[in-house]
Amino acid sequence: MKRDPKDLVRYSAAERFNHWVVAMIFILLALSGLAFFHPLFFPLTQLFGGGTWARILHPFFGVVMAVSFVAMLFRFWWLNLMTPSDWAWLRRVREMLNGDDHNMPEAGKYNGGQKLLFWLLVGCMALLFVSGIVIWRVYFSATFPVVVVRLAAVVHAASAAVMIALVIVHAYAAIWTKGTIRAMLYGTVSRAWAKQHHPRWFKEVTGEGK
Amino acid sequence: MALQSLDIQRRSATTTPSPSQRETVEVAKLIDVSKCIGCKACQVACMEWNDTRDAIGVNTGVYDNPTDLTENSWTVMRYAEVETDRGLEWLIRKDGCMHCADPGCLKACPAPGAIVQYSNGIVDFQEENCIGCGYCIAGCPFNVPRLSKKDSKVYKCTLCSDRVAVGLEPACVKTCPTGAIVFGSKEDMIQHAEERIVDLQARGYVNAGLYDPAGVGGTHVMYVLQHADKPGLYSGLPNDPSISPLVSLWKGVSKPLASLAIGLVAIGSFFHYVTKGPNEVSKDIEKEFEKEFEE
Repeated sequence: MKRDPKDLVRYSAAERFNHWVVAMIFILLALSGLAFFHPLFFPLTQLFGGGTWARILHPFFGVVMAVSFVAMLFRFWWLNLMTPSDWAWLRRVREMLNGDDHNMPEAGKYNGGQKLLFWLLVGCMALLFVSGIVIWRVYFSATFPVVVVRLAAVVHAASAAVMIALVIVHAYAAIWTKGTIRAMLYGTVSRAWAKQHHPRWFKEVTGEGK
Repeated sequence: MALQSLDIQRRSATTTPSPSQRETVEVAKLIDVSKCIGCKACQVACMEWNDTRDAIGVNTGVYDNPTDLTENSWTVMRYAEVETDRGLEWLIRKDGCMHCADPGCLKACPAPGAIVQYSNGIVDFQEENCIGCGYCIAGCPFNVPRLSKKDSKVYKCTLCSDRVAVGLEPACVKTCPTGAIVFGSKEDMIQHAEERIVDLQARGYVNAGLYDPAGVGGTHVMYVLQHADKPGLYSGLPNDPSISPLVSLWKGVSKPLASLAIGLVAIGSFFHYVTKGPNEVSKDIEKEFEKEFEE
């Protein structure tokens, strides 16, 4: 797609940098974490220099994730507050997925689906961080009763599985909606894209149609 | 067979069967608490045979020394002074790995072959495959495995699998001066325990019995207890140990199911694209902006 001076700026360079740090560390976490999740995935440890290295690195990746995710949370939380129109959007999501977006309530910078995904990811990350500390055997596990460690292991595995599924949906939605990925790569979207997918945001930033 | 003199029946984090053609006799170590004099010769023998040395500890005013299992002390005597209906009793238990038939450590371990169960029932850690995650510690119903600070590997009693493999009894059994520890086929050990229990009951220990808890499928280290109705008297021996439901949930069917669910989300997304096509900007809006561009 040719870049147009009239394109709308959706993300600053700092926002994109933050997003991609989170995305890359997520992939490292998911691959190293899955390795301990099911024997089927254990060979993934080879990507990290073997089982012991994967075990050593995974929690440190988690620390980088926690820091960069919190930064992203502070950047975006206020844009993701749910409104009645977002809930109405979510009630019609089936139509949207069937390819008919004519009756969808007008979305602002984010639609109901994106906002819900945002908060679900925040919830998963909170659970992963807290439970991850508890099961970090080298430093912390000895200070917790074994029942707490067992519970944390379950919570960690469950929230990680949910988060991986959510991120697959997130990445797919970006691929499915043409013209979206460039927002995260160069920061801009075409005006047509904005009017189609985020009409209320389009009006806000262009001042058109008020 | 090929690499070891004991056949492996089960390997951690392995979904296919291990070689299991040969028939092996199930073994067990029987610890008769009523015969134990608390001399700690078994502790010393264990360290001698396995070449481990614990750091010099601190006397805490009790006979327990060291006060807990460590990566170097794979067996530890625990001394409990308890009031029973027979008055004050000194109950001494030799603590260490119970070698469960259904081991929680092996269930929890994510590293292939880091924990194995031989066909004779011995549960053995193979530290060269251990990644040091400590999941086995969370999985164990008896609080036995200990993580080494030196190498971040986990250690516990091997039931002297190296000695057993060449037809010897474990070092602790060999050294016990009162015959409180005996070793042999599990069948023989149960029979021997029954004889001891009859004797103890005749001496007034009406609740004497064998500790071979069914919740973990039985163990390959068993106790003869004077008070088998209250194992907790023996420094907190679990009454009815089993793999925690949390560990079963964590390491049970939820793993393949969650893996399948993640796979379905990915495949489902792809087929959504194939069946519904991409979500593109409508032609009307595109034209509207193109017109503007031309102007």
